[in-house]
Amino acid sequence: MIVLTHKSHKYRLTPDWVTVVAIISRGLKGMKNRTDGAVADEVTELFSDANIVTLRAEMLRFATLQLRDASMAEDAVQEALIAAHTAKDRFEGRAQLKTWVFSILRNKIIDIIRERTRRPTQSMTHEDGSDDELNELFDENGYWRKEDKPSDWGQPELAFSNDQFWQVFDICLNAMKENIARVFMMREIMGLDTAEICTELAISESNCWVILHRARARLRLCLEDKWIRSE
Amino acid sequence: MLTCKHATKLMSQSQDRPLELKERVSLKFHLMMCSGCTNYNKQMEFIRKACLRIGGGGVE
Repeated sequence: MIVLTHKSHKYRLTPDWVTVVAIISRGLKGMKNRTDGAVADEVTELFSDANIVTLRAEMLRFATLQLRDASMAEDAVQEALIAAHTAKDRFEGRAQLKTWVFSILRNKIIDIIRERTRRPTQSMTHEDGSDDELNELFDENGYWRKEDKPSDWGQPELAFSNDQFWQVFDICLNAMKENIARVFMMREIMGLDTAEICTELAISESNCWVILHRARARLRLCLEDKWIRSE
Repeated sequence: MLTCKHATKLMSQSQDRPLELKERVSLKFHLMMCSGCTNYNKQMEFIRKACLRIGGGGVE
């Protein structure tokens, strides 16, 4: 068992898994004609290839945020990488690895979400969170209360290179209620449009807009509270 | 006259559907006068960019 550390998260790689990644790594480098006996070499090579390790960690984070289940996320990432390997001949020279592998993963996750929503016990219920927290930001006339008026965040994009920011971002995403988070992730992280989300979750488009508005407003509040104000 | 509360709804919806002309105009006027909502609008764009990065977009 090999443990990888990325952005203060620990990921375990089972031996099987290492082989799969190694094969992909080999495929990527266009070294198609090497014999399978060289797996050990490739494993060594793999761990000198920071890109693959980072890519897998990013995929895992993406899947975990979506599915909120570490082992399901592991499975989805593993399947996506295996699918990537199976089709690697078609891949070569066609698209950037990252975009392509992520699109496979995205489809896997959509399948899993579809299956989940089909189960009656876990079906999408109407958003039950009250609007109180968000309503309180405004006075009785609908204008920002002085103390809650959004502040100037300066150049927030600078935080993209800051690991601590991403930790806060994940905490804020995970703090969303499941029903809200599901819609938000499908929209913002998977890039589906609201019409597709409605069909998928059997909710109305206007309900979808309301949920997204609340999700964004809460995420903004969380970031302001946990990141901007704590700096 | 658009309230801040209504403006935040429109700012969110503008990310999901094209706003009607009337909505666009009233939002634009509101933003010209309201620094709080102008900041909010920038923060919405920032959140969207951050999410794109998680999904394998925004490759450095």
